[in-house]
Amino acid sequence: MSVLVFVEGYNGEVKKSSLEAASYGSQVAKALGTDAKAVAIGEVKEEALAALGAQGISKVLYDHDDRLHNFVAEAYLKVIAQAAAQESAKVIVFSNTNVGAALGSRLAVRLNGSLATNVTQLPEISGDSFTVTRGVFSGKAFAQVKLTSDVKLIAVKKNTIEILNDAGTTAAVEPFSTGLSDADFAAAPKETVLQETDGVLLQEAEIVVSGGRGLKGPENWHLVEDLAKALGAATACSKPVSDQDWRPHSEHVGQTGITISPNLYIAIGISGAIQHLAGVNSSKVIVVINKDPEAPFFKAADYGIVGDAFEVVPKLIEAAKALDR
Amino acid sequence: MKILVCISNVPDTTSKINFTSDNAAFDKNGVQFVINPWDEYALTRAIELKEEKGGSVSVLNVGEADTEQNIRKALAIGADDAIRVNAHPKDAFFVAQQIAHVAKEGAYDIILMGKESIDYNGFQVHGMVGELLGIPAITPAFKLDMLDDTTARLEKEIEGGKEIVEVKLPFVASAQQPMCEPRIPNMRGIMTARTKPLNVVEPVSTETKTEYTSYSKPEKKGGVRMVDAANAGELITLLRNEAKVL
Ligand SMILES: Cc1cc2nc3c(=O)[nH]c(=O)nc-3n(C[C@H](O)[C@H](O)[C@H](O)COP(=O)(O)OP(=O)(O)OC[C@H]3O[C@@H](n4cnc5c(N)ncnc54)[C@H](O)[C@@H]3O)c2cc1C
Repeated sequence: MSVLVFVEGYNGEVKKSSLEAASYGSQVAKALGTDAKAVAIGEVKEEALAALGAQGISKVLYDHDDRLHNFVAEAYLKVIAQAAAQESAKVIVFSNTNVGAALGSRLAVRLNGSLATNVTQLPEISGDSFTVTRGVFSGKAFAQVKLTSDVKLIAVKKNTIEILNDAGTTAAVEPFSTGLSDADFAAAPKETVLQETDGVLLQEAEIVVSGGRGLKGPENWHLVEDLAKALGAATACSKPVSDQDWRPHSEHVGQTGITISPNLYIAIGISGAIQHLAGVNSSKVIVVINKDPEAPFFKAADYGIVGDAFEVVPKLIEAAKALDR
Repeated sequence: MKILVCISNVPDTTSKINFTSDNAAFDKNGVQFVINPWDEYALTRAIELKEEKGGSVSVLNVGEADTEQNIRKALAIGADDAIRVNAHPKDAFFVAQQIAHVAKEGAYDIILMGKESIDYNGFQVHGMVGELLGIPAITPAFKLDMLDDTTARLEKEIEGGKEIVEVKLPFVASAQQPMCEPRIPNMRGIMTARTKPLNVVEPVSTETKTEYTSYSKPEKKGGVRMVDAANAGELITLLRNEAKVL
């Protein structure tokens, strides 16, 4: 019996969300008195995989079949299922990303397991009972869920699990090959288009600077971008902003956009409608800049400035640039 | 082309979320239920495809009788007929089994749904249905077009970009914005919806894999600390020294 963590790469490195999943997996393994292994697929640097030792991973099975550079659900599924069988994995941990969701849901059926997504805390284990806590009602509540099957699959919500850092410990990286056939790649994407980013993925970012309709138009977005740059942050926006094509839809956060939980969320000229809050309310620290002291967002904020964004934000940019980072 | 759109019945986005006094269940008191916003993208895009290419759109809900109001709404928006699997949707696997059964019986070509429901935020039914039927599940898709009678072209979101996928019928896809502009019912739609078929079927027997035992709410924030606009730069100092997030 063991715990298996599925690790995702980005630009050759292990995603931060996968470091969190690894930390989760190794703590579950410890509680169960077993080992945590990982499986990695595609293009990830071997040093980065070996470094997963710091998150408590003892061994990484690494399949770098050339055909696996892009995400292909069926092929990835086979690799993970085979790794799970080889390691007799009873708990499989991954991150609640788009890839994680696409894989976890199929894998749960294939392995006849219980799946919990959006998990925010380590499980409570007593005897045969295994209970996780997951976010429900778009960040407005948590639910305790018992996973009743023998095999348990857990998708960890981003930025909710602290990354272990046992410096100096390395994981053994073992080549792993699955004997995939061409049929497994039949649904391979025709094309993959990556956005231009300054290297900070919105879903993975620790700091997010976000703009709303209060910024008046796309020509003023340099305020958001410059502040983000000075803080090493990703940029986001409210729904009307992307609906009007001021910004791409991939930046839209909220109930019908993406859900983020950074350490710091700075909202500029956003009123704080309940549907917007649903996407950002689990951010650890929320800063609101709005000229209307009655804006509902202040009720959900940790820090606030009542003022005109066009005057306030340049001062923030200046102060942020002056930070030694 | 036969399209099946799965809709779930969820608390309106502005609802206050409360639980029963023992925290064992969601308190429906005073809550208004709507079609899950993500499912509205699936529904409208299905209707647009039918208008472009012909075929039919059926809506499916796994739920008890109180969901029929929203099923009728989906019919008013433009679906042709509806199926309600008469059961409390116990967990994602249970619902996926019901959907897979209906999809197979009805030989649907495309099975669409929202990427997740805004109540349980499971983000898993699409993949489960795809796996149960042994067909691809493209998720989360924000663009869906038919290239010809048997092949669809979808764009799906990946962290940091998008993928373009071409897939043969049948397949499952989950929808998210900006797939289309969700429609609202008009008067004529509301009138015709009354006479469209809504078939109630009993669930197939299946196990559940999870058990919800209790609910809790996040801790309340400690209140907001205001910084004077004239001294805005001080915020950055506070974020570094007090909140320790910079
Ligand atoms: C089903 C449904 C789903 C939805 N999903 C989402 C979602 O996912 N994400 C989302 O964001 N919204 C969503 N919405 C929309 C949401 O209800 C709000 O309409 C939206 O969030 C408002 O965006 P905003 O705050 O940018 O604009 P507004 O509400 O127009 O607010 C602009 C704010 O800027 C302030 N302002 C104006 N000028 C200045 C200035 N010079 N300096 C500083 N502040 C200024 C104003 O005081 C105001 O508070 C959804 C709505 C529904 C019904």
